[in-house]
Amino acid sequence: MAITLSGDQAIPAPPLSSRLTPAQVWGIVLLAPYLLVFLAFVVYPVGYGLWLARAPSNYVALYNDPIFARAAVNTLIFLVIGINIKMLIALFLSGFFAVQRPWIKWLSVIFILPWAVPSIPTILSVRFMLNPEWGMVNHFIFSLTGDDGPNWLNDPTVALTMAIAVHIWKSLPFWTLILITGRLAISHDLFEAAEVDGASWWQKFRYITWPSMQTLYVTCTLLSMIWTLGDFNSVYLLTGGGPADLTHVLSTLGIRYLRLDQLSLAMASIVCAMPFVLPLVYFMMKRLSR
Amino acid sequence: MKLPTLREVATEARLLLIGIPVFLWTMIPIYHMFLFAISPKEDAFSGKLWPDHPTLHNFEIVFKQQHYFLRDFYIQFWNSLVIAASVGVLTLFIATAAAFSISRLKVPGGRVVMNLALFTYFIPAAFLAVPMYRTMGNYGLLNNHWSLILAMVTIASPYAIWVLKQASDKLPVELDEAAVMDGATTLQIFRLVYLPLMMPSLVAIGTYAVLLAWNEYLYAFLLLSNDREITLPVALGNFLAADDSPWELLMTTGFIYALPPAAIYYAFRRYMVGGLTAGAVKS
Repeated sequence: MAITLSGDQAIPAPPLSSRLTPAQVWGIVLLAPYLLVFLAFVVYPVGYGLWLARAPSNYVALYNDPIFARAAVNTLIFLVIGINIKMLIALFLSGFFAVQRPWIKWLSVIFILPWAVPSIPTILSVRFMLNPEWGMVNHFIFSLTGDDGPNWLNDPTVALTMAIAVHIWKSLPFWTLILITGRLAISHDLFEAAEVDGASWWQKFRYITWPSMQTLYVTCTLLSMIWTLGDFNSVYLLTGGGPADLTHVLSTLGIRYLRLDQLSLAMASIVCAMPFVLPLVYFMMKRLSR
Repeated sequence: MKLPTLREVATEARLLLIGIPVFLWTMIPIYHMFLFAISPKEDAFSGKLWPDHPTLHNFEIVFKQQHYFLRDFYIQFWNSLVIAASVGVLTLFIATAAAFSISRLKVPGGRVVMNLALFTYFIPAAFLAVPMYRTMGNYGLLNNHWSLILAMVTIASPYAIWVLKQASDKLPVELDEAAVMDGATTLQIFRLVYLPLMMPSLVAIGTYAVLLAWNEYLYAFLLLSNDREITLPVALGNFLAADDSPWELLMTTGFIYALPPAAIYYAFRRYMVGGLTAGAVKS
């Protein structure tokens, strides 16, 4: 149904401005800046990246790269073990911080610090604490036992555990804060009634706290998993992916390929994470766009 | 005065048993940074809990730029500041306009744009960094502050739009109708009705965007490389390039770098906790 400009039978369409109310014109004008940013810095890069990652040879190369397999396993450990431990601690601490005491109020203000300060200097601070010769941790072990402490970041398992610990240190306050909000929303009458009935600590948790918080808890866990996939700093600044590239996660591995000028491999490694990421994203969008 | 019962003492003891480890866990890395900042090199490396000769000499070296790694300290601090401020202003502008358009003007397709933005919000930032790097290269923006500013605006906007849209939806629609009755134009409604009512959320979002940009390491280190163009966190990372890094100076600079965001966070804590955590997860 092409309308030719030269054709004498062409009926001129009404000008755009007469079909839209002024408010709608303004709506489009005000939405335009974000749409431009979205097209230029999300659609184009993602499309371009996927186009680069299209060749099957990339995936063969990834499959044959032992560092990729290791990074995938590390990422799973980070997400499945690390995040669940973090969220369990956050759930526990949200109960602790809900207790009414002046000193606990003060502690909760201090507790936010890791979230409020930038991660680079604090992660580097931990890195030096774990230095085998000069670090505070091994000085402390030596003064207690007279033995040299372990070479913390030189053992892949210990180094990855430390990276997870740094991640927990940084993001625990945020999730605890959110779970506290959820906990404070529970009606106090329920706890008083349970108190009268002589319910134990565990029974109160099992039959009052948990049922009203489980949706929030599961949402938080999934959201934290998605975001942790993008946690580059905890691993990169603590271990740099070492020793011998054994502590990479997918986010640091992507950047490693990028730095080695293997952009298509970097994109392919990200594409490999998509079957895991997209269902989580879909689930979260369902939750949030209600 | 009534003596506390055994049961009360036991409860307090249990609370302390949790509180003390929480305090130590939180403070040790930060205290360690502070300790290095006030220690001469020998003391810092000796593993003492308090230096024999606490000093502010490290701060003097940083402020006088008296070390190879610190020769561009002021310009890097300035870069961080300009980039964070630009990201804050641009994000506020783009997100407020978009939220007003979607929530108040009900622009056709607004819901789709909101969902696309939310989708972007859930792409892990480190994943988007890979194609973003090449894209900035294609646009010829590498080593230019605009590359980092635009990248951070891209990352900050989706969440900003989402929070502002949620806040806008709560404003009564009668306000707009009354203003239209009085003959106000769309821009007048935006300026005179909408912006003043949205102020608390705007403060929260502005702070969020500024802190996000000030704290960003990965994008800054990918997109900027020239010593006089980089931001402070990249400069901190560059300290590690040498084997005999001056860790006491690194920690001093890191301490200075960490102070502004911590101060901003605590100053705006009321807004942050209310505006952001409530929006972050809606159960």
